[in-house]
Amino acid sequence: MLSLENIHTHYGKIEALHGVSVEVNEGEIVSLIGANGAGKTTLLMTICGDPQASAGRVLFQGEDITHKPTSDIMRSGIAIAPEGRRVFPGLTVEENLHMGGFFTSKDEIRRNQKHVFELFPRLAERKNQRAGTMSGGEQQMLAIGRALMAKPRMMILDEPSLGLAPLIIGQIFDIIRTLRDEGITVFLVEQNAKQALKLADRGYVLETGRIRLEDTGANLLDNEEVQQAYLGG
Amino acid sequence: MFDEFYFLQQLINGLTVGSAYALIAIGYTMVYGIIGMINFAHGEIYMIGAYTSLIVITGLAALNPVWLPLVLLVALICAMIVSSSMGWAVERVAYRPVRGQHRLIPLISAIGMSIFLQNYVHLAQGSRNIGFPSLIDGGFTFGTSEGFQTTISNMQLTIFATTLVCMTLLSLFISRSKTGRACRAVSQDRKMSSLLGIDTNRIIAATFVIGAALAAVAGLLLGMYYGSIDPLFGFIAGLKAFTAAVLGGIGSIPGAMLGGLILGVAESFTAGYLSSEYKDVVSFSLLILILLFRPTGLLGKPEVEKI
Ligand SMILES: Nc1ncnc2c1ncn2[C@@H]1O[C@H](COP(=O)(O)OP(=O)(O)OP(=O)(O)O)[C@@H](O)[C@H]1O
Ligand SMILES: [Mg+2]
Repeated sequence: MLSLENIHTHYGKIEALHGVSVEVNEGEIVSLIGANGAGKTTLLMTICGDPQASAGRVLFQGEDITHKPTSDIMRSGIAIAPEGRRVFPGLTVEENLHMGGFFTSKDEIRRNQKHVFELFPRLAERKNQRAGTMSGGEQQMLAIGRALMAKPRMMILDEPSLGLAPLIIGQIFDIIRTLRDEGITVFLVEQNAKQALKLADRGYVLETGRIRLEDTGANLLDNEEVQQAYLGG
Repeated sequence: MFDEFYFLQQLINGLTVGSAYALIAIGYTMVYGIIGMINFAHGEIYMIGAYTSLIVITGLAALNPVWLPLVLLVALICAMIVSSSMGWAVERVAYRPVRGQHRLIPLISAIGMSIFLQNYVHLAQGSRNIGFPSLIDGGFTFGTSEGFQTTISNMQLTIFATTLVCMTLLSLFISRSKTGRACRAVSQDRKMSSLLGIDTNRIIAATFVIGAALAAVAGLLLGMYYGSIDPLFGFIAGLKAFTAAVLGGIGSIPGAMLGGLILGVAESFTAGYLSSEYKDVVSFSLLILILLFRPTGLLGKPEVEKI
């Protein structure tokens, strides 16, 4: 469904990704793990075209999206809950959700919002609250809900568990499973390697801008190198 | 001796000019809110609105007799269309290509655009002062027979009413409409907005268009109120409106409204109780004081909210 072919991405003169190839198949959960600064966020943002790859190709559903503007890519069936959540702090919960469905019809907004409120009853209770005043967990739910408003075929999640309490992390991972069961393909970046690999059909390990390992989630969990570096021995 | 009718007169005059300042200030504040730059050509957009309405009014007067409210409405619509197109074009030509570069570059581009537009009008319309017919006359007078008589003219009432309508429509647009919501979202987090599939360039262009349309309304109103215009008409008014925007808190729409009214009243009291020569001194002193002691303005939020 999504393939990255030998992607190089630069920030000015500095190269952050040195030829990365990743494949995400329809209906899978694929997890990407790696240390701080490995280039995980850069990889996800390259899919979204911000920054664009300086070499290599990004294909989504067979179409080359490498050089498309971000807003076009995000209308083609990909949605993201980005690093740091980035909810609009001054907008209410409901307004944030409506922004997620910006390019859909009124009817779809109503339908998708109902669905998001079923997944996250907490958001329904706080419909009129300004997003900036919500807790971290609630903001993460909102970021995921907002992405779902676009009815994506593929959902990208960048460290959704960061800074959250274990109970909330559990809820977030449950939701990711639900998304997959609803037929949404998931590409997940996590520092919480254990849970991310448990959940994943397949996984990748990124190390300073290169793919180090690639295997099924279960095999990576058993891999000695992975256990040493990411699962605390 | 304190004369309450004289005081009231200054207040009315101040609020009149202040509402027009507020209309112009919206353009500065919306553009700053969304891309963080001062559109120094905005005063010229206002001036072009005034010229356009004068040209339309003069043209329609030749067809005489025409029903006055219709003349004003046509002039208003033409001015809004011309100014909005200008606002749109200025963004497209002078600001978008340099967006994202060092802060000084868009600023210089803006000043260049302002000089260009001013000189263009000089060439096209001449640099002389042109009379603007005061189409709305009459008014109400009240006060004691021996003391000062307060007058509120129909022109002033027109300015209040038009401003009120514009501000109400703008507030509804920003709070309720889809594009208005997107304007707020883009000004809070432009990158995230594009990650939601929003074409942020179009939203940015829309803020220029809206700001320019409101400036055109002010151009027609103040042109009639002052009774004459020239190519420098936008320069001082632009600086005043900019001061109003900073006073209220640049980036805040209610701030621009409040700032405009306060500035108008402050000027009018200075003119009424000191001397009209001190009017501009007071406005710009106010600007400097605000920048020194409360750079976020009266209703502006500190930057920390923009995580
Ligand atoms: N906007 C930027 N400008 C310049 N360099 C950047 C920028 N963003 C990231 N980098 C650099 O690119 C490299 C990869 O960063 P990236 O954010 O992709 O890492 P990450 O794997 O997501 O890390 P983390 O786990 O901390 O989120 C780092 O060396 C970082 O300093
Ligand atoms: Mg990251």
